Amino acid sequence: MDGTQSFRFFNRGPSPAVRLVFFAVLSLLLMFIDARYRYLESARSAVSVLISPIQRMATIPGILWQQVDDFFITQNAHQSLLAENAELRRQHQNDAAQLLQLQALQSENQQFRKLDELPIRHEFSTQLAEIIYAERNVFKRKVLIDKGSQADVQLGQVVMDDAGIVGQITRVYPWLSEVTLITEKDHAVPVQVVRNGLRTILFGSGDTSQLSLRYMPVSADIQIDDVLVTSGIDGVYPPGIPVAKVTKIERDPVYPFARVSCLPVAGVDNHRQLLILSGMPKLPERPEESPASDAGKHARLRRSN
Amino acid sequence: MSYANTRSKPEIQRPVSNIFILTSLFAALFMNWLPWEGIWLMLRPDFVAVVLLYWCMNKPWRVGIGISWVMGILADVSDASLFGQHALAYTLLAFGGLALHRRLQMFDLRQQTIQVLGIFVLTYAIYTLAQWQINGYVVWAYFLGSLTSTLLWAPLNLMLRAMQQRRAERESRS
Repeated sequence: MDGTQSFRFFNRGPSPAVRLVFFAVLSLLLMFIDARYRYLESARSAVSVLISPIQRMATIPGILWQQVDDFFITQNAHQSLLAENAELRRQHQNDAAQLLQLQALQSENQQFRKLDELPIRHEFSTQLAEIIYAERNVFKRKVLIDKGSQADVQLGQVVMDDAGIVGQITRVYPWLSEVTLITEKDHAVPVQVVRNGLRTILFGSGDTSQLSLRYMPVSADIQIDDVLVTSGIDGVYPPGIPVAKVTKIERDPVYPFARVSCLPVAGVDNHRQLLILSGMPKLPERPEESPASDAGKHARLRRSN
Repeated sequence: MSYANTRSKPEIQRPVSNIFILTSLFAALFMNWLPWEGIWLMLRPDFVAVVLLYWCMNKPWRVGIGISWVMGILADVSDASLFGQHALAYTLLAFGGLALHRRLQMFDLRQQTIQVLGIFVLTYAIYTLAQWQINGYVVWAYFLGSLTSTLLWAPLNLMLRAMQQRRAERESRS
Protein backbone atom coordinates (compact mmCIF):
# COMPACT_ATOMS: atom_id res chain seq x y z
CA MET A 1 0.00 0.00 0.00
CA ASP A 2 1.38 3.49 0.52
CA GLY A 3 4.42 4.71 2.39
CA THR A 4 2.67 6.31 5.34
CA GLN A 5 1.74 2.94 6.67
CA SER A 6 5.20 1.71 7.34
CA PHE A 7 5.59 4.63 9.74
CA ARG A 8 3.21 3.67 12.50
CA PHE A 9 2.67 5.22 15.88
CA PHE A 10 0.13 2.67 16.99
CA ASN A 11 0.36 -1.03 16.85
CA ARG A 12 -2.36 -2.30 14.58
CA GLY A 13 -1.29 -5.90 14.23
CA PRO A 14 0.03 -7.51 11.07
CA SER A 15 -0.39 -5.71 7.75
CA PRO A 16 -3.34 -6.47 5.44
CA ALA A 17 -1.17 -8.42 3.04
CA VAL A 18 -0.02 -10.78 5.80
CA ARG A 19 -3.58 -11.22 6.97
CA LEU A 20 -4.75 -11.83 3.42
CA VAL A 21 -2.22 -14.61 2.95
CA PHE A 22 -3.01 -16.14 6.33
CA PHE A 23 -6.78 -16.24 5.84
CA ALA A 24 -6.56 -17.26 2.19
CA VAL A 25 -4.34 -20.20 3.08
CA LEU A 26 -6.66 -21.10 5.95
CA SER A 27 -9.66 -21.08 3.58
CA LEU A 28 -7.87 -23.17 1.00
CA LEU A 29 -6.85 -25.66 3.66
CA LEU A 30 -10.41 -25.90 4.96
CA MET A 31 -11.73 -26.39 1.43
CA PHE A 32 -9.22 -29.13 0.78
CA ILE A 33 -10.04 -30.94 4.03
CA ASP A 34 -13.77 -30.57 3.47
CA ALA A 35 -13.62 -31.83 -0.10
CA ARG A 36 -11.29 -34.77 0.53
CA TYR A 37 -12.21 -35.97 3.98
CA ARG A 38 -15.35 -35.36 5.92
CA TYR A 39 -13.71 -34.30 9.16
CA LEU A 40 -15.53 -31.02 9.49
CA GLU A 41 -19.11 -32.24 9.70
CA SER A 42 -19.33 -31.75 13.47
CA ALA A 43 -17.96 -28.22 13.24
CA ARG A 44 -20.46 -27.56 10.49
CA SER A 45 -23.39 -28.76 12.54
CA ALA A 46 -22.20 -26.72 15.54
CA VAL A 47 -22.13 -23.53 13.45
CA SER A 48 -25.47 -24.43 11.90
CA VAL A 49 -27.05 -24.60 15.36
CA LEU A 50 -25.61 -21.16 16.05
CA ILE A 51 -27.04 -19.54 12.96
CA SER A 52 -30.32 -21.41 12.78
CA PRO A 53 -32.30 -18.68 14.64
CA ILE A 54 -31.50 -16.16 11.90
CA GLN A 55 -32.21 -18.74 9.25
CA ARG A 56 -35.59 -19.47 10.77
CA MET A 57 -36.28 -15.76 10.96
CA ALA A 58 -35.51 -15.43 7.28
CA THR A 59 -38.28 -17.89 6.45
CA ILE A 60 -40.89 -15.77 8.25
CA PRO A 61 -41.62 -13.38 5.34
CA GLY A 62 -42.34 -16.37 3.11
CA ILE A 63 -44.64 -17.94 5.66
CA LEU A 64 -46.45 -14.64 6.22
CA TRP A 65 -46.93 -14.25 2.48
CA GLN A 66 -48.43 -17.70 2.32
CA GLN A 67 -50.79 -16.97 5.18
CA VAL A 68 -51.94 -13.76 3.52
CA ASP A 69 -52.48 -15.76 0.35
CA ASP A 70 -54.51 -18.36 2.23
CA PHE A 71 -56.54 -15.64 3.89
CA PHE A 72 -57.55 -14.15 0.55
CA ILE A 73 -58.38 -17.56 -0.81
CA THR A 74 -60.79 -18.20 2.04
CA GLN A 75 -62.27 -14.75 1.57
CA ASN A 76 -62.82 -14.66 -2.16
CA ALA A 77 -62.64 -18.02 -3.69
CA HIS A 78 -65.40 -20.05 -2.10
CA GLN A 79 -66.30 -21.43 -5.47
CA SER A 80 -62.82 -22.62 -6.31
CA LEU A 81 -62.49 -24.17 -2.85
CA LEU A 82 -65.70 -26.08 -3.33
CA ALA A 83 -64.55 -27.26 -6.73
CA GLU A 84 -61.20 -28.32 -5.31
CA ASN A 85 -62.94 -30.18 -2.53
CA ALA A 86 -65.15 -32.08 -4.96
CA GLU A 87 -62.13 -32.89 -7.11
CA LEU A 88 -60.21 -34.20 -4.13
CA ARG A 89 -63.13 -36.32 -3.02
CA ARG A 90 -63.42 -37.87 -6.45
CA GLN A 91 -59.68 -38.51 -6.48
CA HIS A 92 -59.91 -40.10 -3.07
CA GLN A 93 -62.62 -42.48 -4.18
CA ASN A 94 -60.58 -43.46 -7.20
CA ASP A 95 -57.52 -44.03 -5.07
CA ALA A 96 -59.43 -46.03 -2.49
CA ALA A 97 -60.69 -48.42 -5.15
CA GLN A 98 -57.19 -48.83 -6.52
CA LEU A 99 -55.81 -49.34 -3.02
CA LEU A 100 -58.20 -52.20 -2.41
CA GLN A 101 -57.03 -53.79 -5.60
CA LEU A 102 -53.44 -53.22 -4.58
CA GLN A 103 -53.95 -54.95 -1.27
CA ALA A 104 -55.43 -57.99 -3.00
CA LEU A 105 -52.52 -58.02 -5.43
CA GLN A 106 -50.00 -57.64 -2.65
CA SER A 107 -51.25 -60.63 -0.73
CA GLU A 108 -51.40 -62.63 -3.92
CA ASN A 109 -47.87 -61.62 -4.78
CA GLN A 110 -46.65 -62.50 -1.33
CA GLN A 111 -48.13 -65.94 -1.63
CA PHE A 112 -46.48 -66.51 -4.98
CA ARG A 113 -43.17 -65.35 -3.63
CA LYS A 114 -43.52 -67.72 -0.71
CA LEU A 115 -44.27 -70.55 -3.06
CA ASP A 116 -41.23 -69.66 -5.11
CA GLU A 117 -39.07 -69.10 -2.02
CA LEU A 118 -38.11 -65.60 -3.15
CA PRO A 119 -37.41 -63.07 -0.42
CA ILE A 120 -40.55 -61.15 0.41
CA ARG A 121 -40.57 -57.49 -0.50
CA HIS A 122 -40.47 -55.40 2.63
CA GLU A 123 -42.75 -52.52 3.25
CA PHE A 124 -41.21 -49.25 4.22
CA SER A 125 -42.52 -46.71 6.64
CA THR A 126 -42.63 -43.01 5.90
CA GLN A 127 -42.07 -39.87 7.88
CA LEU A 128 -43.49 -36.50 6.92
CA ALA A 129 -41.10 -33.56 6.70
CA GLU A 130 -41.44 -30.01 5.52
CA ILE A 131 -39.04 -28.03 3.38
CA ILE A 132 -37.72 -25.12 5.39
CA TYR A 133 -35.68 -23.51 2.72
CA ALA A 134 -34.51 -24.18 -0.75
CA GLU A 135 -30.84 -23.74 -1.42
CA ARG A 136 -29.78 -20.16 -1.96
CA ASN A 137 -26.97 -21.27 -4.22
CA VAL A 138 -27.22 -21.26 -7.98
CA PHE A 139 -24.85 -24.19 -8.34
CA LYS A 140 -26.76 -26.68 -6.26
CA ARG A 141 -30.12 -28.33 -6.31
CA LYS A 142 -30.66 -29.07 -2.66
CA VAL A 143 -33.29 -28.32 -0.06
CA LEU A 144 -33.24 -28.38 3.72
CA ILE A 145 -36.04 -30.12 5.59
CA ASP A 146 -37.12 -29.80 9.19
CA LYS A 147 -36.27 -33.32 10.44
CA GLY A 148 -32.77 -34.18 11.54
CA SER A 149 -30.87 -36.68 13.62
CA GLN A 150 -33.22 -35.89 16.52
CA ALA A 151 -36.00 -37.50 14.47
CA ASP A 152 -33.85 -40.48 13.46
CA VAL A 153 -33.17 -39.33 9.95
CA GLN A 154 -30.19 -41.12 8.48
CA LEU A 155 -27.77 -40.49 5.70
CA GLY A 156 -28.83 -41.95 2.37
CA GLN A 157 -32.54 -42.20 3.07
CA VAL A 158 -34.81 -41.63 0.11
CA VAL A 159 -37.16 -38.66 -0.04
CA MET A 160 -40.32 -38.62 -2.13
CA ASP A 161 -43.56 -36.72 -2.53
CA ASP A 162 -46.99 -38.08 -3.42
CA ALA A 163 -46.03 -38.61 -7.07
CA GLY A 164 -42.48 -39.93 -7.06
CA ILE A 165 -38.85 -39.72 -5.98
CA VAL A 166 -37.57 -36.25 -5.09
CA GLY A 167 -34.08 -36.95 -3.80
CA GLN A 168 -31.86 -38.39 -1.16
CA ILE A 169 -30.60 -37.23 2.23
CA THR A 170 -26.96 -36.25 2.01
CA ARG A 171 -26.24 -34.43 5.24
CA VAL A 172 -27.85 -34.65 8.67
CA TYR A 173 -27.84 -31.87 11.26
CA PRO A 174 -29.45 -32.12 14.70
CA TRP A 175 -32.72 -30.47 13.63
CA LEU A 176 -32.31 -30.25 9.90
CA SER A 177 -31.21 -32.39 7.07
CA GLU A 178 -30.13 -31.66 3.55
CA VAL A 179 -31.79 -33.33 0.59
CA THR A 180 -29.98 -33.55 -2.72
CA LEU A 181 -32.58 -33.47 -5.48
CA ILE A 182 -32.46 -35.99 -8.32
CA THR A 183 -31.92 -33.07 -10.70
CA GLU A 184 -28.52 -32.30 -9.13
CA LYS A 185 -25.70 -32.68 -11.61
CA ASP A 186 -24.47 -36.29 -11.84
CA HIS A 187 -26.91 -37.60 -9.27
CA ALA A 188 -27.77 -41.13 -10.41
CA VAL A 189 -30.88 -43.25 -9.87
CA PRO A 190 -31.11 -46.84 -11.13
CA VAL A 191 -34.38 -47.15 -13.06
CA GLN A 192 -36.41 -49.48 -15.18
CA VAL A 193 -38.80 -48.74 -18.04
CA VAL A 194 -42.27 -49.84 -16.95
CA ARG A 195 -43.38 -50.91 -20.43
CA ASN A 196 -40.63 -53.47 -21.07
CA GLY A 197 -38.47 -53.71 -17.98
CA LEU A 198 -35.38 -52.22 -19.62
CA ARG A 199 -32.83 -51.37 -16.92
CA THR A 200 -30.80 -48.20 -17.06
CA ILE A 201 -29.50 -45.32 -14.96
CA LEU A 202 -30.98 -41.84 -14.79
CA PHE A 203 -28.75 -38.79 -14.26
CA GLY A 204 -29.54 -35.25 -13.18
CA SER A 205 -28.37 -32.46 -15.43
CA GLY A 206 -27.67 -29.74 -12.87
CA ASP A 207 -28.73 -26.39 -14.19
CA THR A 208 -32.20 -27.28 -15.42
CA SER A 209 -34.85 -29.43 -13.79
CA GLN A 210 -34.32 -32.12 -16.40
CA LEU A 211 -32.96 -35.63 -16.24
CA SER A 212 -31.20 -37.67 -18.88
CA LEU A 213 -30.47 -41.28 -19.69
CA ARG A 214 -26.87 -41.68 -20.71
CA TYR A 215 -25.34 -44.58 -22.60
CA MET A 216 -28.57 -45.74 -24.21
CA PRO A 217 -27.78 -47.54 -27.47
CA VAL A 218 -29.43 -45.96 -30.51
CA SER A 219 -31.40 -49.14 -31.03
CA ALA A 220 -32.74 -49.31 -27.47
CA ASP A 221 -36.46 -49.86 -27.19
CA ILE A 222 -37.55 -46.63 -25.59
CA GLN A 223 -40.39 -44.31 -26.58
CA ILE A 224 -41.65 -40.89 -25.68
CA ASP A 225 -43.98 -40.96 -22.64
CA ASP A 226 -42.38 -44.11 -21.24
CA VAL A 227 -42.52 -44.06 -17.45
CA LEU A 228 -39.35 -44.86 -15.55
CA VAL A 229 -39.59 -46.42 -12.09
CA THR A 230 -36.85 -47.28 -9.62
CA SER A 231 -35.47 -50.76 -10.18
CA GLY A 232 -34.36 -51.25 -6.57
CA ILE A 233 -31.16 -52.92 -7.68
CA ASP A 234 -28.81 -50.77 -5.62
CA GLY A 235 -30.62 -51.34 -2.34
CA VAL A 236 -30.93 -47.61 -1.75
CA TYR A 237 -34.13 -46.88 -3.63
CA PRO A 238 -37.10 -49.15 -3.01
CA PRO A 239 -38.31 -50.77 -6.22
CA GLY A 240 -41.28 -49.60 -8.25
CA ILE A 241 -41.53 -45.92 -7.37
CA PRO A 242 -42.07 -43.59 -10.34
CA VAL A 243 -39.16 -41.27 -11.08
CA ALA A 244 -39.50 -39.70 -14.51
CA LYS A 245 -41.20 -39.63 -17.87
CA VAL A 246 -39.38 -39.59 -21.19
CA THR A 247 -39.98 -36.31 -23.04
CA LYS A 248 -37.51 -36.25 -25.91
CA ILE A 249 -35.41 -38.78 -27.78
CA GLU A 250 -32.73 -37.86 -30.29
CA ARG A 251 -31.35 -40.74 -32.29
CA ASP A 252 -28.45 -39.44 -34.28
CA PRO A 253 -26.57 -42.24 -36.03
CA VAL A 254 -23.35 -40.20 -35.77
CA TYR A 255 -23.25 -40.77 -32.02
CA PRO A 256 -23.13 -44.25 -30.53
CA PHE A 257 -25.72 -43.36 -27.93
CA ALA A 258 -29.20 -41.91 -28.15
CA ARG A 259 -29.91 -38.74 -26.25
CA VAL A 260 -32.91 -39.23 -24.02
CA SER A 261 -34.22 -36.43 -21.83
CA CYS A 262 -36.85 -36.90 -19.17
CA LEU A 263 -38.85 -34.80 -16.76
CA PRO A 264 -39.22 -35.84 -13.13
CA VAL A 265 -42.66 -37.12 -12.17
CA ALA A 266 -42.47 -35.63 -8.69
CA GLY A 267 -42.86 -31.90 -8.26
CA VAL A 268 -39.18 -31.59 -7.45
CA ASP A 269 -39.33 -27.81 -7.30
CA ASN A 270 -42.92 -27.25 -6.17
CA HIS A 271 -43.88 -28.97 -2.97
CA ARG A 272 -43.44 -28.06 0.66
CA GLN A 273 -44.26 -31.43 2.23
CA LEU A 274 -42.10 -34.44 1.56
CA LEU A 275 -41.96 -38.05 2.78
CA ILE A 276 -38.80 -39.66 4.10
CA LEU A 277 -38.72 -43.42 3.55
CA SER A 278 -37.21 -45.52 6.28
CA GLY A 279 -36.82 -49.18 7.09
CA MET A 280 -35.31 -50.23 3.80
CA PRO A 281 -34.36 -53.92 3.86
CA LYS A 282 -30.65 -54.59 4.11
CA LEU A 283 -29.37 -56.38 1.06
CA PRO A 284 -26.60 -58.95 1.48
CA GLU A 285 -23.09 -57.53 0.97
CA ARG A 286 -21.86 -57.51 -2.55
CA PRO A 287 -19.24 -60.22 -2.98
CA GLU A 288 -15.66 -59.04 -3.29
CA GLU A 289 -14.80 -58.18 -6.87
CA SER A 290 -12.47 -60.85 -8.17
CA PRO A 291 -9.79 -59.62 -10.58
CA ALA A 292 -10.87 -60.22 -14.12
CA SER A 293 -7.63 -61.76 -15.31
CA ASP A 294 -6.07 -64.93 -14.04
CA ALA A 295 -2.76 -63.18 -13.55
CA GLY A 296 -4.12 -61.32 -10.53
CA LYS A 297 -5.31 -64.53 -8.99
CA HIS A 298 -1.95 -66.17 -9.45
CA ALA A 299 -0.17 -63.24 -7.94
CA ARG A 300 -2.33 -63.40 -4.87
CA LEU A 301 -1.80 -67.15 -4.54
CA ARG A 302 1.91 -66.70 -4.84
CA ARG A 303 1.89 -64.04 -2.16
CA SER A 304 -0.02 -66.25 0.25
CA ASN A 305 2.36 -69.15 -0.29
CA MET B 1 -24.25 23.06 15.39
CA SER B 2 -23.28 19.53 16.07
CA TYR B 3 -25.30 18.52 13.06
CA ALA B 4 -23.18 20.69 10.82
CA ASN B 5 -20.07 19.30 12.45
CA THR B 6 -20.82 15.68 11.83
CA ARG B 7 -21.89 16.39 8.31
CA SER B 8 -18.77 18.26 7.33
CA LYS B 9 -16.49 15.50 8.52
CA PRO B 10 -15.36 13.02 5.88
CA GLU B 11 -17.03 9.70 6.24
CA ILE B 12 -14.02 7.87 7.55
CA GLN B 13 -13.91 10.07 10.66
CA ARG B 14 -17.53 9.78 11.62
CA PRO B 15 -18.15 7.83 14.79
CA VAL B 16 -19.86 4.49 14.54
CA SER B 17 -20.67 1.94 17.20
CA ASN B 18 -19.70 -1.70 17.06
CA ILE B 19 -23.31 -2.64 17.57
CA PHE B 20 -24.32 -0.77 14.44
CA ILE B 21 -21.67 -2.56 12.39
CA LEU B 22 -22.68 -5.96 13.73
CA THR B 23 -26.37 -5.29 13.18
CA SER B 24 -25.77 -4.25 9.61
CA LEU B 25 -23.74 -7.39 8.92
CA PHE B 26 -26.37 -9.68 10.38
CA ALA B 27 -29.11 -7.83 8.53
CA ALA B 28 -27.16 -8.52 5.34
CA LEU B 29 -26.96 -12.24 6.19
CA PHE B 30 -30.70 -12.17 6.83
CA MET B 31 -31.32 -10.62 3.41
CA ASN B 32 -29.17 -13.30 1.78
CA TRP B 33 -31.09 -16.06 3.49
CA LEU B 34 -34.54 -14.93 2.43
CA PRO B 35 -36.20 -17.60 0.30
CA TRP B 36 -35.01 -16.43 -3.11
CA GLU B 37 -35.89 -18.78 -5.91
CA GLY B 38 -35.40 -19.32 -9.62
CA ILE B 39 -34.59 -16.17 -11.57
CA TRP B 40 -34.61 -14.10 -8.39
CA LEU B 41 -31.87 -16.29 -6.98
CA MET B 42 -29.78 -15.56 -10.06
CA LEU B 43 -30.39 -11.84 -9.72
CA ARG B 44 -29.94 -11.70 -5.96
CA PRO B 45 -27.21 -9.28 -4.98
CA ASP B 46 -24.78 -10.57 -2.36
CA PHE B 47 -25.82 -8.27 0.48
CA VAL B 48 -23.08 -9.52 2.77
CA ALA B 49 -20.40 -8.70 0.22
CA VAL B 50 -21.76 -5.18 -0.32
CA VAL B 51 -21.99 -4.39 3.40
CA LEU B 52 -18.55 -5.88 4.10
CA LEU B 53 -17.02 -3.81 1.34
CA TYR B 54 -18.71 -0.69 2.69
CA TRP B 55 -17.23 -1.18 6.14
CA CYS B 56 -13.81 -2.23 4.85
CA MET B 57 -13.67 0.97 2.87
CA ASN B 58 -15.03 3.34 5.50
CA LYS B 59 -13.78 1.79 8.72
CA PRO B 60 -10.69 -0.09 7.59
CA TRP B 61 -9.36 -0.48 11.13
CA ARG B 62 -12.59 -1.86 12.53
CA VAL B 63 -13.77 -4.29 9.91
CA GLY B 64 -11.11 -6.10 8.01
CA ILE B 65 -10.04 -9.41 6.67
CA GLY B 66 -10.66 -11.39 9.87
CA ILE B 67 -14.31 -10.37 10.22
CA SER B 68 -14.89 -10.94 6.51
CA TRP B 69 -13.51 -14.44 6.86
CA VAL B 70 -15.85 -15.22 9.75
CA MET B 71 -18.84 -13.94 7.76
CA GLY B 72 -17.70 -16.14 4.90
CA ILE B 73 -17.70 -19.20 7.14
CA LEU B 74 -21.26 -18.40 8.28
CA ALA B 75 -22.32 -18.04 4.65
CA ASP B 76 -20.66 -21.36 3.79
CA VAL B 77 -22.51 -23.25 6.47
CA SER B 78 -25.83 -21.70 5.59
CA ASP B 79 -25.78 -22.63 1.92
CA ALA B 80 -23.95 -25.93 2.30
CA SER B 81 -21.02 -25.00 0.10
CA LEU B 82 -17.56 -26.22 1.04
CA PHE B 83 -16.02 -24.78 4.18
CA GLY B 84 -13.89 -21.85 3.08
CA GLN B 85 -15.42 -21.13 -0.31
CA HIS B 86 -17.24 -17.96 0.64
CA ALA B 87 -14.56 -17.27 3.23
CA LEU B 88 -11.85 -17.14 0.57
CA ALA B 89 -13.95 -14.92 -1.68
CA TYR B 90 -14.79 -12.49 1.14
CA THR B 91 -11.16 -12.41 2.31
CA LEU B 92 -10.10 -11.18 -1.10
CA LEU B 93 -13.02 -8.77 -1.20
CA ALA B 94 -11.92 -7.27 2.11
CA PHE B 95 -8.35 -6.99 0.90
CA GLY B 96 -9.58 -5.21 -2.22
CA GLY B 97 -11.57 -2.82 -0.06
CA LEU B 98 -8.62 -2.13 2.26
CA ALA B 99 -6.18 -1.65 -0.60
CA LEU B 100 -8.43 0.74 -2.48
CA HIS B 101 -10.05 2.64 0.36
CA ARG B 102 -7.90 5.76 0.03
CA ARG B 103 -8.45 5.98 -3.69
CA LEU B 104 -12.19 5.30 -3.53
CA GLN B 105 -12.78 7.98 -0.93
CA MET B 106 -11.63 10.58 -3.45
CA PHE B 107 -14.41 9.59 -5.85
CA ASP B 108 -18.12 10.30 -5.80
CA LEU B 109 -20.64 7.50 -5.78
CA ARG B 110 -20.90 7.13 -9.53
CA GLN B 111 -17.17 6.75 -10.01
CA GLN B 112 -17.00 4.41 -7.03
CA THR B 113 -19.62 2.16 -8.59
CA ILE B 114 -17.41 1.48 -11.59
CA GLN B 115 -14.44 0.62 -9.41
CA VAL B 116 -16.52 -1.55 -7.13
CA LEU B 117 -17.75 -3.62 -10.06
CA GLY B 118 -14.23 -4.91 -10.52
CA ILE B 119 -13.97 -6.03 -6.91
CA PHE B 120 -17.33 -7.82 -7.02
CA VAL B 121 -16.56 -9.59 -10.29
CA LEU B 122 -13.29 -10.78 -8.78
CA THR B 123 -15.08 -12.06 -5.68
CA TYR B 124 -17.65 -13.92 -7.75
CA ALA B 125 -14.92 -15.29 -10.01
CA ILE B 126 -13.07 -16.76 -7.05
CA TYR B 127 -16.19 -18.45 -5.75
CA THR B 128 -16.94 -19.81 -9.21
CA LEU B 129 -13.37 -21.00 -9.65
CA ALA B 130 -13.57 -23.01 -6.43
CA GLN B 131 -16.92 -24.42 -7.56
CA TRP B 132 -15.47 -25.33 -10.93
CA GLN B 133 -12.54 -27.11 -9.32
CA ILE B 134 -14.90 -29.23 -7.28
CA ASN B 135 -17.84 -29.88 -9.57
CA GLY B 136 -16.32 -29.35 -12.98
CA TYR B 137 -18.95 -27.02 -14.40
CA VAL B 138 -19.74 -23.33 -14.30
CA VAL B 139 -23.11 -21.60 -14.21
CA TRP B 140 -22.39 -18.36 -16.05
CA ALA B 141 -25.67 -16.77 -14.99
CA TYR B 142 -24.21 -16.68 -11.48
CA PHE B 143 -22.21 -13.60 -12.48
CA LEU B 144 -25.43 -11.61 -12.85
CA GLY B 145 -25.25 -11.37 -9.08
CA SER B 146 -22.08 -9.29 -9.27
CA LEU B 147 -23.89 -6.77 -11.49
CA THR B 148 -26.85 -6.45 -9.14
CA SER B 149 -24.47 -6.17 -6.19
CA THR B 150 -22.79 -3.28 -7.94
CA LEU B 151 -26.15 -1.62 -8.58
CA LEU B 152 -26.90 -2.01 -4.89
CA TRP B 153 -23.69 -0.23 -3.94
CA ALA B 154 -24.93 3.36 -4.26
CA PRO B 155 -28.33 2.96 -2.52
CA LEU B 156 -26.82 0.92 0.30
CA ASN B 157 -24.04 3.42 0.72
CA LEU B 158 -26.52 6.27 1.05
CA MET B 159 -28.70 4.29 3.41
CA LEU B 160 -25.92 3.26 5.79
CA ARG B 161 -24.53 6.78 5.74
CA ALA B 162 -27.92 8.28 6.58
CA MET B 163 -28.43 5.82 9.43
CA GLN B 164 -25.00 6.62 10.83
CA GLN B 165 -25.79 10.30 10.56
CA ARG B 166 -29.00 9.89 12.52
CA ARG B 167 -27.26 7.97 15.28
CA ALA B 168 -24.49 10.54 15.53
CA GLU B 169 -27.07 13.32 15.80
CA ARG B 170 -28.94 11.56 18.53
CA GLU B 171 -25.78 10.92 20.50
CA SER B 172 -24.53 14.46 20.22
CA ARG B 173 -27.89 15.81 21.32
CA SER B 174 -28.14 13.68 24.44
